[in-house]
Amino acid sequence: MFKYENDMVRKLKTSRRKFVVGSLAAGSAFISTRKAISSNTDDKAITEMQSWNSELGDGVDASPYGYPSEYEKHVIRRNVPWLTADPTSSVNFTPLHELDGTITPNGLCFERHHGGVAIIDPKKYRFMINGLVDQNTVFDLSDLSRFPRINKLYFLECAANSGMEWRGAQLNGCQFTHGMIHNVLYTGILLKDILKEVGLKNSAKWILAEGADSSAMTRSIPIEKAMDDCLIAFKMNGESLRPEQGYPVRLVVPGWEGNMWVKWIRRIEVGDKPWHHREETSKYTDLFSNGKARRFTWEMDAKSVITNPSPQAPLSHGKGPTVITGVAWSGRGKIDKVDVSLDGGINWLEARLSGPADSKSMHRFYLEFNWDGKPLLLQSRALDDTGYVQPTKDQLRSVRGENSIYHNNGIQTWAVDSNGIAENVEVS
Amino acid sequence: MLKCLSSFFIILSLFVFYSFAYSQSLGLGRPATDNEVSSWDIDIRPDGKGLPVGSGSVIIGEELYTDNCASCHGDFGEGIDRWPELAGGFDTLDSEDPVKTVGSYWPYLSTVWDYVHRAMPFGNAQSLSNDEVYSITAYIMYLNDLVDEDFELSNSNFEEVRLPNEQNFYQDNREDLENVIYNKRCMKDCKKEAIITKRAVVLDVTPEEEDVSDNSNSNEDNIVKTVSLDAKLIKDGEKVFKKCKACHRIGLNAKNGTGPHLNNIFGRVAGQLEDYKKYSKNIKKMGQEGLIWNTETLISFIENPKEYITGTKMNFKGIKKSDELEALIEYLAATTKIN
Repeated sequence: MFKYENDMVRKLKTSRRKFVVGSLAAGSAFISTRKAISSNTDDKAITEMQSWNSELGDGVDASPYGYPSEYEKHVIRRNVPWLTADPTSSVNFTPLHELDGTITPNGLCFERHHGGVAIIDPKKYRFMINGLVDQNTVFDLSDLSRFPRINKLYFLECAANSGMEWRGAQLNGCQFTHGMIHNVLYTGILLKDILKEVGLKNSAKWILAEGADSSAMTRSIPIEKAMDDCLIAFKMNGESLRPEQGYPVRLVVPGWEGNMWVKWIRRIEVGDKPWHHREETSKYTDLFSNGKARRFTWEMDAKSVITNPSPQAPLSHGKGPTVITGVAWSGRGKIDKVDVSLDGGINWLEARLSGPADSKSMHRFYLEFNWDGKPLLLQSRALDDTGYVQPTKDQLRSVRGENSIYHNNGIQTWAVDSNGIAENVEVS
Repeated sequence: MLKCLSSFFIILSLFVFYSFAYSQSLGLGRPATDNEVSSWDIDIRPDGKGLPVGSGSVIIGEELYTDNCASCHGDFGEGIDRWPELAGGFDTLDSEDPVKTVGSYWPYLSTVWDYVHRAMPFGNAQSLSNDEVYSITAYIMYLNDLVDEDFELSNSNFEEVRLPNEQNFYQDNREDLENVIYNKRCMKDCKKEAIITKRAVVLDVTPEEEDVSDNSNSNEDNIVKTVSLDAKLIKDGEKVFKKCKACHRIGLNAKNGTGPHLNNIFGRVAGQLEDYKKYSKNIKKMGQEGLIWNTETLISFIENPKEYITGTKMNFKGIKKSDELEALIEYLAATTKIN
């Protein structure tokens, strides 16, 4: 997916200011303001009349489709321009550090396109199934809406999420290190219902999912997965899919790497062998240090990250009661437990899970503790219900080397200093 | 006997009922016509399934590659900027800087044919004929020293071709090889110490925080500002501009891409943008001789780029329809003024 060259990194190094400088200034300003307010001083936010207390606000016709508060303008997807050649074949990142709970709002779900966003007229939308079936069949949107619908909460993680971190801490913010993920409630129909409708031949072993965008994205998927939990989805969090997420219809492949969730899906071909197309050979294969590569690494391993505090979201309140929170997920099932370490992995505490905890969906964890204001080395570690324990980055590298780009689910460390500023680091 | 026969019929009727219930279809959708299937079913497999009859040569491929591919992938498949390398990289896969090309990494030639056919050239996908795809595929093989310059690739010799790295892929074995190592949950005194070994701020490659208080950089806003222009024409022009977007940026913060950015294009001297380094010799010369971009010169150039500026590196066949050209110019006029 990305070229990953230390040279490029070195070249760029000189031209970029430190991201943390801004956060640091913001963080310390917050602390000093708070210190200035003693119990004897009136808070003007209370004693002075605020405009919103007396003036009329907008009416119900001001915003037929609502937007977040104007004070939330910083809560946006961001990209890393140097990663790719062109924004039409690139990726941006979900601002995990600004979110809580488990659902990713539709406008903040990260985007990855290979030929830009296809804008499809729903009246001209067609979905074809052909190949090893009893009848090559065409459906329109109305046909699809007449199959039984189900609702499922699933995470989608790009296989390259954290891919820039294989050789060490690189990007300073969980939005950039872990933001190629979103968690959405899908409404759709089971792919197996449609495949049964067209009648699978006995020789059917694989499907090829194909998109209608200008990259005509294709991926091979084994028939067992297609007949298990894959969805043909048309709604996300209750409303129609956003164009950048595949409007009007996308494939949902629960727990498996995001590239397989073909957006703008227009066709499924049923066959007896995999197709070995570009995104499953030259890309999305995991190169080892011996020069050989793993392929068909579909499942996303259990993974977690602390979203607050993190480099873009420093601890601004000083010592005392402190909430650490983050997200965890596993492509193999539910998250059983999440552990948090305050000392770089020497000792661990079990965190508290809260919110929906469906299989192959994002889980939210919290750890409340009394911070003494001393530096912290924060880590989180996910355990899923198969018994899998999230490994350290060193453990991953000892097996795979540093060139595999994809499937980096190693434990993330944030170093938090006494001012509450967090930095992306690795520890021994 | 009768009893036996009646129970047989009961079993038979049950079987018929269940098989009916199992295969009960909703009767949704309609049969696809053969022509519809062949319009969309263009995929190719390593065993040659799906490959159409046709052929192409390295010699023809070179010309097609230069016109359609070289502006991003480089004359020798070396990859310009961050665009993918297509050739070379042999013996690098086990090094610190692996270069994954068709020759060094890709396992199957069918993948090249399929991908070039379905997704290339970038921004003008599925515009190449089958024979042209054979030729470009043959040329990419030639760039990788896999064939000689007189090679011709066709559906009849396609399956004989093997790429060097085919044998170096293996199935996912995480479950057996790795998961067993990881499955330990230590809670206390798991190691002696935790010392910081690597720091992101040392690399300093994180994007800078932008000031998001001014969100007026959408095309919509730009359109609103230029009231004297035809809003519908601008919208149409925005669609036409999709043909240009693979290489050209326009609007606030637009930077040079494969082609130069187009901000303040009207009145700009041709080939003279200081920070753009990839101009052809001829466009620079024509600029020095006085070629200035205005509505007339832009239309002449975009209508037939290679005729208007011979040797231009803009690999674009041109826009012939006058209504599209008019809309495009209106769009450029509406979005180009950035100070």
